[in-house]
Formats: sequence, C-alpha cells, structure tokens
Amino acid sequence: MPPAAGGGLAGSELRPRRGRCGSQAARAAGRDVATETATARSPKRPAPLSSRRFEAAGRWALLALVTLTSFATRFHRLDQPPHICWDETHFGKMGSYYINRTFFFDVHPPLGKMLIGLAGYLSGYDGTFLFQKPGDNYEHHSYMGMRGFCAFLGSMLIPLAYLTVLELSRSLPAALLTAALLTFDTGCLTLSQYILLDPILMFFIMAAMLSMVKYNSCANRPFSAPWWFWLSLTGVNLAGALGVKFVGLFIILQVGWNTLSDLWHLFGDLSLSMVTLGKHLTARILCLIVLPLALYIATYAVHFMVLNKSGPGDGFFSSAFQARLSGNNLHNASIPEHLAYGSVITVKNLRMAIGYLHSHRHFYPEGVGARQQQVTTYLHKDYNNLWIIKKHNSNSDPLDPSHPVEFVRHGDIIRLEHKETSRNLHSHYHEAPLTRKHYQVTGYGINGSGDSNDFWRIEVINRKFGNRIKVLRSRIRLIHLVTGCVLGSSGKVLPKWGWEQLEVTCTPYLKETLSSIWNVEDHINPKLPNISLEVLQPSFPEIMLESHLVMIRGNNGLKPKDNEFTSKPWHWPINFQGLRFSGVNDTDFRVYLLGNPVIWWLNLLSIALYILSASIFAVAVQRGAHLPVKVEGLSQVLLRGGGQLLFGWMMHYFPFFLMGRVLYFHHYFPAMLFSSMLTGLLWDTLLRLCAWSLASYPLARCVHVLGILTLLLGTAYSFYLFHPLAYGMVGPLAQDPQSPMAGLRWLESWDF
Amino acid sequence: MGRRVGGTAGDEPPPHTDRNADMFALCRLTDVAMCLVAQRNLDSPAGRLIALRDVTHSWSADLGSPSAHARCTLAAPAGPADAASRASSGPVGSKECRAASPPTNGRPSGAPPPQAGLRRRERLCGDLKKQQASSSPGLLFCKMLGFLQHPVTVTAEVNLNMVALTAMGLLSRLWQLAYPRAVVFDEVYYGQYISFYMKRIFFLDGSGPPFGHMLLALGGYLGGFDGNFLWNRIGAEYSSNVPVWSLRLLPALSGALSVPMAYEIVRELGFSHCAATGAALLVLIENALITQSRLMLLESVLIFFNLLAVLSYLKFSNSQKHRPFSPRWWFWLVLTGVACSCAVGIKYVGVFTYLLVLGVAAVHAWHVIGDQTLSNVRVLCHLLARAAALVVLPILVYLLFFYIHLLLLYRSGPHDQIMSSAFQASLEGGLARVTQGQPLEVAFGSQVTLKNVFGQPVPCWLHSHQSTYPMIYENGRGSSHQQQVTCYPFKDVNNWWIVKDPGRHQLVVNNPPRPVRHGDVVQLVHGMTTRLLNTHDVAAPLSPHAQEVSCYVDYNISMPPQNLWRLDIVNRESDTDVWKTILSEVRFVHVNTSAILKLSGVPLPDWGFRQLEVVGEKLFRGYHESTVWNVEEHRYGRSQEQKERELELHSPTQVDISRNLSFMARFSELQWRMLTVRSDDSEHKYSSTPLDWVMLDTNIAYWLHPRTSAQIHLLGNVVIWASASLATLAYALLFVWYLLRRRRRVCDLPEDRWLRWVLAGALCAGGWAVNYLPFFLMEKTLFLYHYLPALTFQILLLPVVLEHVSDHLCRSQLQRSLFTALVVAWFTSACHVSNMLRPLTYGDRPLSPSELKALRWKDSWDILIRRY
Repeated sequence: MPPAAGGGLAGSELRPRRGRCGSQAARAAGRDVATETATARSPKRPAPLSSRRFEAAGRWALLALVTLTSFATRFHRLDQPPHICWDETHFGKMGSYYINRTFFFDVHPPLGKMLIGLAGYLSGYDGTFLFQKPGDNYEHHSYMGMRGFCAFLGSMLIPLAYLTVLELSRSLPAALLTAALLTFDTGCLTLSQYILLDPILMFFIMAAMLSMVKYNSCANRPFSAPWWFWLSLTGVNLAGALGVKFVGLFIILQVGWNTLSDLWHLFGDLSLSMVTLGKHLTARILCLIVLPLALYIATYAVHFMVLNKSGPGDGFFSSAFQARLSGNNLHNASIPEHLAYGSVITVKNLRMAIGYLHSHRHFYPEGVGARQQQVTTYLHKDYNNLWIIKKHNSNSDPLDPSHPVEFVRHGDIIRLEHKETSRNLHSHYHEAPLTRKHYQVTGYGINGSGDSNDFWRIEVINRKFGNRIKVLRSRIRLIHLVTGCVLGSSGKVLPKWGWEQLEVTCTPYLKETLSSIWNVEDHINPKLPNISLEVLQPSFPEIMLESHLVMIRGNNGLKPKDNEFTSKPWHWPINFQGLRFSGVNDTDFRVYLLGNPVIWWLNLLSIALYILSASIFAVAVQRGAHLPVKVEGLSQVLLRGGGQLLFGWMMHYFPFFLMGRVLYFHHYFPAMLFSSMLTGLLWDTLLRLCAWSLASYPLARCVHVLGILTLLLGTAYSFYLFHPLAYGMVGPLAQDPQSPMAGLRWLESWDF
Repeated sequence: MGRRVGGTAGDEPPPHTDRNADMFALCRLTDVAMCLVAQRNLDSPAGRLIALRDVTHSWSADLGSPSAHARCTLAAPAGPADAASRASSGPVGSKECRAASPPTNGRPSGAPPPQAGLRRRERLCGDLKKQQASSSPGLLFCKMLGFLQHPVTVTAEVNLNMVALTAMGLLSRLWQLAYPRAVVFDEVYYGQYISFYMKRIFFLDGSGPPFGHMLLALGGYLGGFDGNFLWNRIGAEYSSNVPVWSLRLLPALSGALSVPMAYEIVRELGFSHCAATGAALLVLIENALITQSRLMLLESVLIFFNLLAVLSYLKFSNSQKHRPFSPRWWFWLVLTGVACSCAVGIKYVGVFTYLLVLGVAAVHAWHVIGDQTLSNVRVLCHLLARAAALVVLPILVYLLFFYIHLLLLYRSGPHDQIMSSAFQASLEGGLARVTQGQPLEVAFGSQVTLKNVFGQPVPCWLHSHQSTYPMIYENGRGSSHQQQVTCYPFKDVNNWWIVKDPGRHQLVVNNPPRPVRHGDVVQLVHGMTTRLLNTHDVAAPLSPHAQEVSCYVDYNISMPPQNLWRLDIVNRESDTDVWKTILSEVRFVHVNTSAILKLSGVPLPDWGFRQLEVVGEKLFRGYHESTVWNVEEHRYGRSQEQKERELELHSPTQVDISRNLSFMARFSELQWRMLTVRSDDSEHKYSSTPLDWVMLDTNIAYWLHPRTSAQIHLLGNVVIWASASLATLAYALLFVWYLLRRRRRVCDLPEDRWLRWVLAGALCAGGWAVNYLPFFLMEKTLFLYHYLPALTFQILLLPVVLEHVSDHLCRSQLQRSLFTALVVAWFTSACHVSNMLRPLTYGDRPLSPSELKALRWKDSWDILIRRY
C-alpha cells in the first residue's frame, strides 16, 4: 500500500515534545483533539506561547473537571446508610483493634486496615464501636472519617485512570471516555463508599500502573529526575498494593513483566555498554525490589509494634509468638518447666493455624465411627483444651501430696484425661470422620477409667529415651500403643456437628509432618515450683515468616462450604450477579453492589473487539503490509498501549480460576478497571480509524466526535437509570411494577 | 523403521550432513554392532543423491562417489568428513549472525582441510536451493521430464538400528508378561472398568476420559474375557477366565514402541543417530517405564501417544519445508491431531502435551504468516489445514470416544444414581424399566415423584411423612410444628405428590388431560397424607436464614396456609412450554413470599430421621441446581377417593411411550459429571508430592509374592533420573546464556544449530515442564507414576544435551575424548543400575533380606522385607 495518504502528516507526527517525556508509540500516534490545531504548522517552528499555554490550561481544567465529578459522585450521600454494611463489620472492627492495640488475626496483610485505623483515629473515632454484624446502627460513633478516607482513595481512581490512558494513547477523548466509564459505574461507586479494603487496594494498583506507564515514557531520558521519581513511585505503590491484599501480587507480576521486557530491549541495544546496563539493572532492583520489600516489611514492623496486647488472634500463632503479647499468659511466663504426672496441660499442634487439642461433651454423630465423644482441634483458648496427664496403669491421684513428684519422660506410656469431661484420649480401628484412611480419635471412659486403647506413648523428637519433657520447647509425638498410629490433625474442617472445628485423627502412616507434632503450652502443677521461663523470643524474620504462613493457611482455609452459593469467576465480567451490601426486604434501605450493566457489557464487547482488531493489525504487520503513517501510529497505540491494558486485565482476572478459596464478585473490580481503560482506548482508536477511512467524505471528521459523545452520553444516561443501586433504594423490590427499579432487572439473577 | 521412497521425488535437496566422530567412538565402545548399523544409515546422502540425480543428471556421477566412499569405509574416515562438513557449514550457518567472531567455534584445531568434493556438493546444494526458490515452475517442468524419461523406481531403506531397538523393546516389555498372575496395584482399579465394559454396564469414572479404559477393555475383548472377576484386592490371584496376557498386551506394546519412537524423535529434531540411539536405549532400560508398561495401567499408553503426537508433528514440520500439502504432509498433520486427542482421551493430563504441540504449531504458523514468498491464499490454506487437523479433528475424535463409550455401555449399573433421570432412562434396565411408558406431559391431577437435580450430597426425592417438626428445637428456637417435608434418598411411597389446580377440588386427571405450563400456579398435595406443600415466614430448622417448608396442618391458630407455587420451567424453549416428565427442570416459586423450594442438603437430626432438609430460599433467587427439580416417576391420577389413591400409589406405573436423549446431551452430561464427581482425596501409603519425584525420593510397592519375597516396585533408574534432571538444568542454563549472548549479537551457535537447539528444548524440556509443573497446583492424591510422562521427555533431552556439549563446548580433541569416556562410563553405570534393580522391576526372582536391604539406597524407599 502506498504511504501517500499519511505522508503529509508524517512531519508533524514526529514533532518532539520538549520538556515532557513521550513514548515512541505515543509520539507516532500523534495528537489529541486539543493539539489538532497545531498539526498544520511546520515542526520546526514552535507553536506560539499563548496557544500552548491555552492548551495546557485546557488540559488542567479537564483533569480538574474529571476529578471533581469523581469526588462529587463518591461523596454524595456517603453517610447513608448509617449502619454497618457488609464487610465493614470486619474491616471497621480491625480498624478498632489498631486503635485499641489488641492483637488479631486476618488473612490479609496489615497495611489497609492500618490505614483505616489511622483514618478513624485522626477523625476522632475512639475504637469503642463493636462492629458486631451488618445492619447495626453507628449511633453516635464517628464513622465518616473511615468512610471518607476510603471514598477519597476510590475517587482518586478516576484521575489515575484518566492520566494512564492519556499517557498510553496521547488522546484526550480516550481518557475522557475511560473516566466517564469509571465515574458512572455503579459497582465502582458502591465499592468506594464503604469501609473496605478494595478502594485502598485499587488505588495502589492504579497508582502503580500510572507510575509504570509514566516511567516507560521517560525511557528516552534514563536516570533523569522524573525517571527516578516515577520508578521509585512504582516501587512504593507496589508495596502498597501487596500490603493491602495478596492479590496485589498480580500488579507486581505485571510491572515485573514490563521491567523484564524493558531490560531485554535495553540489553539488545549494542550502543549501551555493559556498565550502563548494569546501572539500569541496579536501578530497577533497587526501586522495584529492594524498596517495596523494605516498605512492606516496615508495615509489618509497625503492625507488630502497634498491636502489643493479647487479643482474639493469639491462638492462631505459635507459643513463642504469643509470648510477645502483653496480657497473654505466656507473656513473661512463669510455669513449671518439666512435665510431671498430674499436670494439667494444653497441647498445641506445631503446624500453623491448627490449634489446641480439644474435646467437648458432644458425640460423633451416627455413621461417623463409634458414637463416642468428639476430639478436635480448636484455635481459641478454652477450658475444654485442658488435659490431665496420667500414668497408664494407676488411677491414683498423682496430686496427692503423699506421692513424690514423678516427671514424664521420653518414651513413657501415658493417658491423657480431658479435664472437663473426665474422658480419656482414645483411638481405635474405626475410620476417622473425614480422612477415611486414618483412625478415629475419641474421648472414652467414665471418670478416667477406660481400656487399653487409651494408652499413648509420648516421644520427643530428636531426643534420647529417659529425658524429661520440657514445656513449650519439646516437640512431642503421641503414638497410640495398640494400633501404632500417630496422633495428628488433618487440618480439615468438620461439618456442623463438629462445630466447624478441625478434625483430629490417628494416622497409620508414620510420615514426619508438622501436623503430627505437638508441644505443651499451658502447664499447671501445684506441686512444682513456677519458674520464670525464658520462652524463645522469636526474631523479627521468624515473626514475619510465621504470620505469612498463618495468613496463607487462613486464605486456603476459606473454602466454600457444601451447598453454599458461591460466585464463580465466569459470573463476573458478564455482571451475572451482585452482592447485597445492605437490606433484604422491601422495607429496608437496600444497597446492591452491581456493575452498571451498560458499561460492563460494553467492556465485554470491547475485549472481544480488541482481540479481533489487534490480531488483524498484528497479522498485517507480520505479512509485511505497509500501513499509512497515521494508521501505523494508531495500530501502535492499539498494540502497545492496549496490549498493556489487556495484559493487566488478564493478570487480574484469570488467576482467580485457579484459586480454590471462596470467591466473591468484588474480586473482579481491579480487572474491571483495566478493562474500562481498554474500552476507552479501543473506541477512541477505532473511531479515529473510521474517521480516517472516511476522510474523503464530508462530515467524516464528525464521526469521531459524534461517536465519543454518544458513548459518553450513553454511559451517563445508564448511570441515571441505575444510580439507586449505589445510593440506596427504598420501596418495593424490582419485580414489583411499583418499584423505582421496575423494568431494570434485566437478568433474573439480579436481586434488588 | 526408516523407509524412504525415492523414485521421482526430485525436489529434496541433500541436507547438511552431520557426523560426529566422538559419538561414534562412544558407539564403538558400547555397541559395535549397533555402530555398524548407525554408520550404514548415516543420513545416507546416497539415498538423497539418487533423487538429486533425477534433476541434475550430469552431476550425479562425481557427486555420488566420494560420499559413497565415506560410507563404505566405516568410522575411520568419518573424522575428516565430519570436520569438512562442519567447516563448510560454518560460514553458511553464520549468515544470519554477521558479528560471529570466532570462526572455528569449538572446532578441533588440527582438522584436515575439507575434501573438495564435499565442499563442492555444499555449493551445488546452495545453488540448487536458490534455483528452487527462484524458478519453481522450471523445476517442476524438469521434474516432469524426469518422470517421463526414467522408470518409476522405489528405493526402500530399512534402518536396522530401529529394528533392533524395537525388538529389544518388545523383549523387555513382553517377557513373561502374564507373570505375576495376580492383581497388581492399580489393576484392581482399572480392572473393574474392564469388567463393566465386558458386561456392557454403564459406569462413571472421574479419573479420566473413556478412551484409556476402552483400550484396556479391547485387550480383554481380544482375549475373550467375560468380565467375571471380582476386582477387590491387590494381590488376589486371577481366576482362569482372565486373559492376563492379552489384557496387559496393549500397554506393553505401547511401552515397547516408545523405544523406537524416542529414536525417531531425536532424529527428527536433527541430532545424530548416536544421540538418537542413546535416547532410545535410555528409554529401553529405564526400570520405572518397564514396570509401568508391563501392567494393566494407562501411563505407558499415554506416553506412547504423547510421543506419537510430538513425533508426527516433527515429521510434519520437517516435510513442511519441502513439500507442503503432499500426502505425506497431510498424513503426519492428521496423525498429530489424532495422537493428541488420543492422549487427552486417556488421561486429562494429556491435554498439556496437546497444548504444547499447539503452541509450537502456533509459533510455526506465525512464521508461515510472516513468510512473504507465500501468497495470501496459500497462507490461508496453511492456517485452515492446521486449524482443521489440530483443533477440529481432535475435538471430533474426542467426541467419537464418548460416542463409542456410550454405544458400548447401554445397561444400567451401580453409578446410575449420579446421573440425571433423563440419562438413567436412556439406559437399559434400571430407571428405564420403571419410567418406560409414562405419560410425557404433566397434567393437573398427575401423580409425580420430584427428584432434586443437584443431588448433593446424595440424589434424593421430595418427601413428607406423618411426623411433624418438633415444637422447640435443641437451640431453643420454635417451629410451626407442622408436618415435615424432607428430601429422601430412597424410593418410597411417601415420595409421591399430586399436582393440583388451586381453583378446583378434584385430584384426578380430566379427559382430555389439562397440561401444566410454565408460569401456572399449582398446589402440591402429598399423596399419602393429602396435605399441601406449604412454606411461611418461619426459620427452617437447620438453615435459619431460609424459610421452613412443611405440609400444612391447620391448628386453628393465626397461621394461614400459604400453599400456592408458581411453576418455573428452567430449560423451557418458550414461555408456554408444557411441564414434561424427566425432561423439564422446574423450580417452584412460592407465590406469597417468592421463596424458592430448595434442597439445603443438611441432614436433619434424629427427629427428622436424618433425611435431608428442604427449605424455602428467599435470599438467593438466582439459578442454582439445588433449587431445580424434575419429575421422575409419573402417572395420571384416576381415583378421587383417598383409599383407592393409596392403593394406586403403591402400584407400579405402566403405560407406553419412549423417549431418547440425543448424543450431545448425554455426552455433555456425562463429561460434566466426570469432571465434577468428587473422589475422596484420601491419603495413600505410597502417595507422594511432586518434589519427591525429580530425584526419585519415593517408590511404590506394586506387588509382593504371597509366599516368597519376590516383589514388584515402581522404582526408576536413579542414575537416569538424576542425570536427566541435571541435563534439564544444564539445558536451561545454556539456553539462557546463549540467548543473552545472542541478544548482544554474539553468536556461539550457527543459526541452524541454534534453531535446532531451541526446538529440541521447546519440545523436550517443554514437554517435561508441562507434564510436571501443573501437578503442583493439583489437589488430588499424587503418585510417582504421574511423573513418568514428564520423565520420558526429560530422557529425550539428555542425549541432546550431551551431544551439544561434545560438539560445542569441548574445545580440543583431548577434552572431547575425555568427555566421551565419561559418557561411556556414565552409560555403563546406568546399565548396571538397571540390571541391579531388575528383580524389583520384573519381580521374577525372590531376594534374600540382605539383598533387599542392599537395594534400599535411599531411606525414603520402601522395600518390603518379610519377617520370618
């Protein structure tokens, strides 16, 4: 194809932008609407000062407008409803924990909740509200600070997206369209208005994306101040994203991939010496690995420093960890050091987040092994965790003062009697409730007298026979004498009859795994002197490692229960089903998290359209077709800029298909941001292409403007239709013709 | 078996010959006889020169002689010839990389000057190529003339190397195949399915698609197995009616054929005969592969099809360069697709190899798109052919497996319950016997049983009985104290319900019957108690967020009956659809509260006889299978009197209409159930984690002789496993090193060598990775044998890396000799290890406890030692 059509424009296309960083692609792509006037001029003669000033002012005004609209929509009716909505019950509670400095456990990293706590603290919330369950009224407690903080970050998403698309496409209409899509999306709006982690997470993700794009544009001026600024800012935001939720990992992967391809590009540039390359590499390691890691660790340091009081999360952590917390019984522990017969003890599994050996006055149900008393593990501290250690052959009370103290030694045969119910820890050849190949463990006997299936041999790992057993330090195994199996926990959650505690089994496979190793934590024996015990004070790296293991286990433990309706990843992009934030009945104030269907379905269509058009261009390039310069520039925007956005969407969406944990609709929103940006960029580019191919006809120029305007107005109108979803609905449900939402329930599965 | 048809094929230019003196030295030391074969077949320039002669008749005389000479004089002159070919390939190869600085890259310093004849031949070939590229019509004409002038001749070459390898493979896999005459390990699992096939009984196995099971069953069919054997215990002796030999024959044959295929793959990748022989020998002596192929198991078949897919793709892609769209090209392309779908049809993990092949094919197709010498139409043809053979064809073949599967298994059996009523009704016996001849359309007055479509935790029917909900539950909450409604997993007369028109009193079907349609409001009357299905704003016993469902009892308190249900046919085609027996999936939406009748699946306590709880779900109104019901048994009610009706309910249903499900409906249901059926992920004594596999830290005891200590273990050759893993690592490091250096325009390898090296890595290292890494994400119980497909690919990589090291990294003759000696020593030790482990592989010889202890090289190995 002759390049005649675009030839006349070529000169102005390549006009260097001084004082700004501009990517190759974007420069080739040419101008936005505002610079359209400048095209006729010769590239050598700079535009008059006044016109450029005007142009810059216009840009700033537009950005201000976008920001303002975004803030206005997010802060409108922010105080409604004045009761706890959905997960505010968790994250608000956790904010309170920071204010009260009590230790808790959560599956997410601490940064987001720390920020919420900080916002609450600064806005005068005193941490006294209990955040018990959704629907509870806030009454006099100040909650607007926390909501306002989240809404602020949620509003920032739109300027960030606007700037990102502007940078990628160099086109104001594309950026405007993106901003409109996000501003008018009811889902984004709803998710930004409450005390949740998602606005914080999305803010960091978008900020990281923007700084990465900005820094890519600075590639022609390496090691300059803006370059360093954007590079380090990328690192900071990555740390932020990962510090809020582990899904922040996806943006790290995206930035990592971008950096790798960037380095690969530089590496192929033979004009760069190895020393320069080394500098490039070091700069990236410093800013994108060392800096984020340091910040991430710093958030944990603050987390552990702030939370120094014992609280509801203690039981999830090892004995050594708990010794750090004031108020915990292991803090400055003073207990007898060696285990003796007659001691009352708690036994803790060494595997993370399994908990204490536990029993209670409930039987295994019929059909699950023998109908004897349940034995489980339980994460919380409880009277039912107490066991008395007894000799296997005598039933005399070892606490009788006439008996001498007899220590328990490695290799001894013992009985463990449950203190509350006086039943012995027992196992037999019945299959365990969940792990069918293991043996069932029960509580058996009356008042401590049972049978020979109650005998266990106590062994200390890596010790010689005859050694005493130390509290806290010794790692012990309990081996059932008759069957030869090892007491352990499978880590599986028992059904309702077992109160959703974890299964305890006796495993016949003598594999050395942490789940069959225990340690003695509490130890009460009046005959022995309490000595102040120097419990292993864990070092900071150990604490980090342990808290991560516990979090990962906690995350994996969030399995959907049987017969529970769970959201599937394929539901999300088609906006199949929303989440109820508040209210059920027609008398309630209802808020329903659901994307604006017009926008979401447009996004879905755009992804398909993008893949189609990008592959057409890619094939054309591969076939060696000569594109006119203008088209060439647009195709570059589409392939490079759009490619990055599509990659972002895929990175934030597809990994969920592999996740075994329970998933919710709101997990899709980071991906939705990328998909909206792609939509904005795609439609602008396609309309430009359309306008270009119609250039010979009159009115052709209007195609682009008209198209963009239609899309903008269409989304705005759909927002007008669906805004009650986010701002709250009262009155009859949507299937009722009287309802304000009547006729808008386009899918059966929407429930508002 | 290499068989080349020459004749008029005049367009195949002689490829660049690659001979390797050192590998020959290795050959000589290990197996002289082998070497003779290898030498004879050395790329056989003569064979191709015959073809050349047809085109350029006059050149053939002086060209043929030097190479023929080289061919006859065995290994000794191979050295200079080798050097010559490499020297001449140097400049040719580095055409792409002009910055290639060291001209004698890893080449022996004292190599004699290249022979003139060979060099000339290279040049001529170059000319020929150019000629071919520039004026193909002329060449075509030339070819046609050649065809007219000369008689059609067929030159066949028999690669004795391959014959010998095949023979050895067969020997190692088939020797004493029927021993032990007892159930070995997972034979107990596959065996029951073979029996089901023999008896034509439908079964459901979630572990894999049916093709693998069918192949095993084919063995049984050929051996005349009647399916009468109880597969209940590992180690049980086979009765005389079990044709053990023919049952184990197919896996053994595929294991044996993997040996020559390994040879062919390495050859097609462009490496020397010696490397190819090495790869085949390693596959031959690998103990774990031998064990796994000698039993009624599927891994060896899977490996066979994996290798076949890769091999045929390579053959296809090599013929792509010369003759696209020739029959040969089509043959290999189609075979690739078929082999891929066979691999997937045996086990789902086969899909990873399929994806790998698809990926490589996509990259090659992308190059085809970029080839601007081809016209657009031709490119389109290329792409369409690939899409048809590699995407459409595999899907069709996969469907074919299921078609045959369903065709064979037409009788009802033990797994019927898991399937939908419609599916069950399509089987002979079972539900079909009951439902045969039921009226199709449900009418007002119909008597029906309602089955829950979800059927979790067990398939069950809507049920009610005289007992009422307890006034106060254990936790202090109150109930309505009305009659219980549950879901009951057994057939019972209390499962019958009558569909009633709310506006009329009668419970019989009018003449003509008035069918119930989508959107109609109905009442459901419990057949035995004549109470109406009801729900109200009372919390359900175990799911307090949902409404209680009961059969209404009027206690004269202020709790009105709310027993109207709107019928919602989920799979309707139009809004006026009629409610059909078995076929329609319906939901009951409560008119007053818009709650939906749902199976919560929680077993009720003792007062509810442990039947499953049924609730009215009001929170979630989206679609979920647990809210969907279908009519299973159905008949038109005839008696208005309660007594007569009870009698009627007790009697079986019989009328006559037949219905059938389409194949696609049956396929999609079966496939879906297979993917979602939950097997208890139980821990097994010999289960292991993927990390244990790479260095063989685990084994599986397959069988122990009932009296002696003879035993069979799945235990690999440690030397091979370890060196294969090292080779993969070495490949990865070298690859990264070369890649980085190429990026800086330093070309260590000539372009063609580099491409060969990359392709070998993509297929072999890639094959290993795709067959290994996904296991880290899988949650099912894993065993060592899951690693064998990955291992096979890794073994293929091993000689490739060795040859590369010898060719390119050993810089002097001395180094090369040393390396050769090392390789020989290593191979000898591998053979030795293989031989030592042989008793555990074949289980043919009892070993003394001390011998067994001596074989326990790793503490983690579990070798069974009898205590006397």
